[in-house]
Amino acid sequence: MTNSFADFIKAKLILMIGTNMSEAHPVASTFVKDAVLGGAQLIVVDPRRTDMVDFAQMHVQIKVGSDVALINGIMNVLIEENLYDKKYVESCTVGFEDLKKKVMEYPPERAAEISGVSADTIRTLARRLASVKPAMLMYTLGITEHICGVNNVMSCANLQMLLGNVGFECGGVNPLRGQNNVQGACDMGALPNVFPGYQRVDNADARAKFAKAWNVKSLPDKPGMMMPTMMENLTTGKVKAFYVFGENLANTEPDIHHVEHCLQSAEFLVCQDIFPTETTRFAHVILPAAAWSENDGTFTSSERRVNRVRTASVPPGQAKPNWWIFREIAKRMGHQWASNSAKEIWDQEVSVLAPSMAGIKYRRLEGDGIQWPAPTEEHCGTPTLHKDGKFTCGLGVLKPIDWIPPAEVPDKEYPLVLSTGRRLYHYHTRTQTGRSRGINDLLGEETADISAADARKLGVADGEMIAVKSRRGEVKVKARVTQQVPEGLVWMAFHFRDACANWLTNPVYDPITQTAEYKACAVRIDRLT
Amino acid sequence: MSQTFILNGIETPFTPGQMILDAARNGGAEIPTLCYLKGAAPTGACRICCVEVKGARSLMAACSTPVTAGMEVTTNSELVHRARKMNVEFLLASGKHNCLMCEANGNCRLQDLAYFYKITKLQFREKDEKDIYPTEDQNPFIVRDFSRCILCGRCVQACNEVVVNRAISQGYRGAESKIVTGGDSPYNESECVFCGQCVEVCPVGALTEKKAKGLGRPWETQKIRTTCPYCGVGCQQWLHVKDGKIAKVTAVEDAQPNQGRLCVKGRFAYDFIYSEERLKTPLIREVDGAFREASWDEALDLVASKFKSIISEHGPDAIAGVSCARSINEDSYQMQKLFRAVIGTNNIDHCART
Ligand code: SF4
Ligand code: SF4
Ligand code: SF4
Ligand code: FES
Repeated sequence: MTNSFADFIKAKLILMIGTNMSEAHPVASTFVKDAVLGGAQLIVVDPRRTDMVDFAQMHVQIKVGSDVALINGIMNVLIEENLYDKKYVESCTVGFEDLKKKVMEYPPERAAEISGVSADTIRTLARRLASVKPAMLMYTLGITEHICGVNNVMSCANLQMLLGNVGFECGGVNPLRGQNNVQGACDMGALPNVFPGYQRVDNADARAKFAKAWNVKSLPDKPGMMMPTMMENLTTGKVKAFYVFGENLANTEPDIHHVEHCLQSAEFLVCQDIFPTETTRFAHVILPAAAWSENDGTFTSSERRVNRVRTASVPPGQAKPNWWIFREIAKRMGHQWASNSAKEIWDQEVSVLAPSMAGIKYRRLEGDGIQWPAPTEEHCGTPTLHKDGKFTCGLGVLKPIDWIPPAEVPDKEYPLVLSTGRRLYHYHTRTQTGRSRGINDLLGEETADISAADARKLGVADGEMIAVKSRRGEVKVKARVTQQVPEGLVWMAFHFRDACANWLTNPVYDPITQTAEYKACAVRIDRLT
Repeated sequence: MSQTFILNGIETPFTPGQMILDAARNGGAEIPTLCYLKGAAPTGACRICCVEVKGARSLMAACSTPVTAGMEVTTNSELVHRARKMNVEFLLASGKHNCLMCEANGNCRLQDLAYFYKITKLQFREKDEKDIYPTEDQNPFIVRDFSRCILCGRCVQACNEVVVNRAISQGYRGAESKIVTGGDSPYNESECVFCGQCVEVCPVGALTEKKAKGLGRPWETQKIRTTCPYCGVGCQQWLHVKDGKIAKVTAVEDAQPNQGRLCVKGRFAYDFIYSEERLKTPLIREVDGAFREASWDEALDLVASKFKSIISEHGPDAIAGVSCARSINEDSYQMQKLFRAVIGTNNIDHCART
């Protein structure tokens, strides 16, 4: 997030795109609701009528996968009607002419055709956005989980820069991160192309710096594989050993049949986890790990805030902290690592090697934590990035972007769109929430959410078991007839193994980030009787 | 120049618009409250915060009376204390406040006040058992014990004005008064999303965490601050721990980013760590496909030697790994270091994408 959660309650205009906040980030949504009670405007762009729509002045019910077209349409109106922030665009950004040329190809009428949102609504939406300053844009996986995820993200950034909203409190482009420490895992360099602190592996200076710190002669200079490529290469034999730490890939990745085939193909699979999962079934070695609250450490939240995690319980049996396990393997491969606690790892290594976190030390994290960048120990952290439109890397780049449809669109055989996400009571594959007493009582099974119109057409009753089929697989699941879902859409989550949406989802990826298109594939519904 | 008022005889500054409660607290005078909830509009329901204001015909509620310049406020007179004490006596008789059996014993504002006013026996006739609504605990997480409810309305305010879930309200009238869900249905059949904010703010033992029952009194538990393990908001929690076991979880007040709020996962989904299904020892797969228990040395030696042989036969890029986006930073750091510095490959990623 460029901005902070503390901005939510103070915001004057909030634009939510592809975020089911009251279920996926419930506490964050309470601040948005507070803002609305205090007079803020809320606009929700979502194919579904999510709970936040109850608080919105406008629900823009967009077709799945048409975000770029809609945003281009909005920008078309902003430019045509001279509503964009000219001063900001001139002084803080580059690329306006190219962007303009592109969005001129998307008059509201064309955007309407693609997105299913009327041209009038697009105009109203654009005017409304231009009428309040700054406006805060929030998005989640509805934007990123498409083959054009990167384009969707850049479109959000384009829109906010065109409106002059980036770099101000209560403005900005704000992706809410799904997992507690997805931000941190990126920051720590658990990515194939960067060291901790986003220093590139193909940069010789960065390599020299880390080689020295890690006491090795050299470090690999070629960016590595992303996860989908790794898995694919388990079947080609290019990857022999696969080390899976804490992920239940056999449920979370699209097209489970194929994923399990990949895992099955591994010559040597190491799983490190706190529970046996569908994935550990394929392991050759399983290493038992300490869980949350069984060791000290830090998480970094969506707002780049480094927070302390503290020990309350001892791990069961012989389970050990993960950092210890990695250290022991390193030792057995001839490397002695000095740091022998999470605190030492952070204070002596992470904060020394990552300039944006140089000022963050454990002793400074007793209270509310610190938002990076915090380059020195005197620095109190950064709630808002790109302050006053001064971008950290020079000028903000406006990028012309074309709309492309999802990889698989409905046809005669598979006439419905399946979109997936999460529900309030469970978290991902339920390894944790499913084992917390009481949660299963609130939500005990998966459903396929469909509209009343489709239910009528198919002759399906609420609560009836149905088969949902895609080109990859089939699940038997209860139908839930709901107003939340528009005609033509089926919506499911992946919390329950048997009816997991990932038996159906399409393993196609954004070419840059390799994020899978969980939000769109084609399915059909068959009655079972 | 800020304006002033007279607080217990001393000239004290205040900011225009400020209620007596806040201005007096800033001036060092503590005033007890029961119904007042920060961040919500004051209701003046409980009257325990009453103070004397010179010229006023009756005692005023400090939480909902704005200060004016020159106002003379007395927070500790005989009259004030008598009124507060009587108020407490009424509340004690309004239900069954048998602290011995109450989950909130030791963490209850009414108990604090009864103790402060040295109340040793009931002055008014206690409400009849048969006039008290039965306890509502059909749901897995929240117990609502009407025999202890003082109808302060904080839970209603928290639900409607703070977290805005609009699940509960004040229902019925007079002696029949009761906090109800829509249609007075059980919680698990209502709009309630089990965020537990109502429990968080209840000043007495009327709302308690079902799973925490019997697991530890406040004076037996230690409060450890930590960060929620679920979504990327990063809510700050207090773990109430007794003998190395989490008894319950509450929110850290005034902390960034959650300011005293949690959701159902952060508040109630903590006990998975005590599941009997936890992995407790390293496991190695046998040729027949079954797993057998192994020592750490054996398992780690196996991993290291297998990695070494794969590196020498196929090169370091034949090994790949994914880190965990749920675990601590230090774990991800170590894993990428293992891959880059020890194995010699950049084939390290995590599920940034799900
Ligand atoms: S748990 Fe949350 S939603 Fe339910 S009544 Fe309490 S405050 Fe309202
Ligand atoms: S349940 Fe608690 S917070 Fe709610 S009205 Fe009763 S005493 Fe007050
Ligand atoms: S309490 Fe809820 S909103 Fe807060 S971090 Fe945990 S899961 Fe997210
Ligand atoms: S705290 Fe003021 S009336 Fe209750």
